[in-house]
Amino acid sequence: MLEQANTIEPNQRQAAEFTRPLALTARQDLRGYLAHRGGRLLLFLLTGVSVLAVLLILFFVLREALPFLRQHSLREFLTQRGWYPEAQPAEFGALALMAGSLYVTAGSLILAVPIGLLAAVYLSDIAPFAVRQICKPVIELLAAIPSVAYGFFAVLVLAPWLHDRLGFDTGANALNASLILAIMALPTIISVAEDSLAAVGRELREASYGLGATRAETLGKVVIPAAHSGIIAGVILGMMRAIGETMVVWMASGNANQIPSPWWDFSQSIRTMTATIAGDMGETAKGSAHYHSLFAVGLLLLVFTLVLNLTSEYFLARAKRLAKGKRK
Amino acid sequence: MKKMFLVSILMFGMAGVSLAADAGILQIDGSTTVGPIGDAFAEAFMGMYPSVSITVKKTGSGDGAAALVDGRCDIAMMSRFMKEQEFKTAVEKGIFPVAHVIAMDGICVVVHASNPVKELTTEQVRHIYLGKITNWKELGGPDRKIVPISRDTSSGTYETFHELVMKKEKMAANVEYVNANPQAHARVKSTEGAIGYVGLGFVDMNVKAVKIDGVMPSRQTIAQGKYPISRPLFLFTNGYPKLGSMTYLFCTFYLTEKGQEIIEAKHFIPVTAY
Repeated sequence: MLEQANTIEPNQRQAAEFTRPLALTARQDLRGYLAHRGGRLLLFLLTGVSVLAVLLILFFVLREALPFLRQHSLREFLTQRGWYPEAQPAEFGALALMAGSLYVTAGSLILAVPIGLLAAVYLSDIAPFAVRQICKPVIELLAAIPSVAYGFFAVLVLAPWLHDRLGFDTGANALNASLILAIMALPTIISVAEDSLAAVGRELREASYGLGATRAETLGKVVIPAAHSGIIAGVILGMMRAIGETMVVWMASGNANQIPSPWWDFSQSIRTMTATIAGDMGETAKGSAHYHSLFAVGLLLLVFTLVLNLTSEYFLARAKRLAKGKRK
Repeated sequence: MKKMFLVSILMFGMAGVSLAADAGILQIDGSTTVGPIGDAFAEAFMGMYPSVSITVKKTGSGDGAAALVDGRCDIAMMSRFMKEQEFKTAVEKGIFPVAHVIAMDGICVVVHASNPVKELTTEQVRHIYLGKITNWKELGGPDRKIVPISRDTSSGTYETFHELVMKKEKMAANVEYVNANPQAHARVKSTEGAIGYVGLGFVDMNVKAVKIDGVMPSRQTIAQGKYPISRPLFLFTNGYPKLGSMTYLFCTFYLTEKGQEIIEAKHFIPVTAY
């Protein structure tokens, strides 16, 4: 292209770079136009692939879940505890599974949010530059450890420890899964929260110091409230990591299909929706009620994560709006 | 050394058999329990007959039977006998399944090493997993809650246990599930009140196997069929394979010394009566 452009204007070689767009032949013009349009179309299609993938997954899960929802009562599915899909007669009660997912998710958040938030505050406002330069990549490395490695740690190290030291009947329980999920959710929570804390303008902090506030007061009453939308978004992202995680809960939670009683007893084994899908899928005959019921569980999970995702979108958008508003 | 060994197998095991035939493909499909044996057999085989290509898929006993019926495989590995329905479908399609028992699989009930309970009946084990017995005190042990641990419901081990011990009854809600033999071993090893079940090869110093109905699980008791929680492992073919064919050699490989070594290395029990 460049060669051609140069041959058209041999005596204006210096200026060619700047005047070239004006001096195109009709053919070159057309070609440029087509390249421009074609490129746009290609990029659109590439982007469309990922959107299409999501839609297709949704369609596929819905299609496979529908036969189950048609044949079995939704009420039994949502309110009963017995999950015996292969028994005669089969029972499809997903209440304990939903409860299990909620237990480990809530448990991991209770542990991870305070730690994550404090770590983010430390990294953004208190840590010396060198510490921050070292800590941030290391924390992000946590996110790169495969979940099956966490799972082995849960089974071989954490479970015996919980059993021996805390005297639990069983080491593979809701607390074990919550602890591991909390560690897995930490990098997400810390990164997102730290970014939003760092995005709070210097002028806000200085104004606060100017009014005589101490560092602690500035952090607690100015910086954190100002960044709260971003922090909440980080927490929700961490929560999604926890609710969707499969391998770790499958290995660490004990997979007993029960709701702990009393309800606050995290030392009992529980079973989550994700672990049920992963554990049961291998044995089901395609097209059986069991097979379709697993897709119904998947659909339920999808609804859970979709709601979480939308909530996080909302908070992220709000964080952006607020940040813009402040700069003016 | 290894080559010499293989050559000797060729000479002793397959003497007089025409090996020129059946350069080709052998498709094997089926049980995840029998899978490791199938894999190792295939590997040994392809070393012996480089012109043969063997693919081993592990999709489950039910899928293996279906694949044999559909003609998608030459040999189906199964950890159970064919069900009536599977047999009927096969015969309707002109396939005549023949079973070859290649090894025995024994499931040992294990407890924590410190547990004084030495013997249980199948009935007692069943009641533990049904949630009717919840404390070791009821079985002559210390006052400790029982933590029953089961394999995941998609494993062949679970299927056997469910059939032979549970009589297909539902396990209680507090039963924990783990997805591999080593994990079951690890959980029982580290949990004082635990009871679990694993293959014979996974019993060691760290967990204690208990007598079931008065029979201690061992190679002898399992191979002789005395131990109650044991089952044969099958290969199924369409009709008895043509003598000398690759399928025939594969299905009789368990009779060779190498075949028995493989079966033992994979923690199963060879079908021998000594």
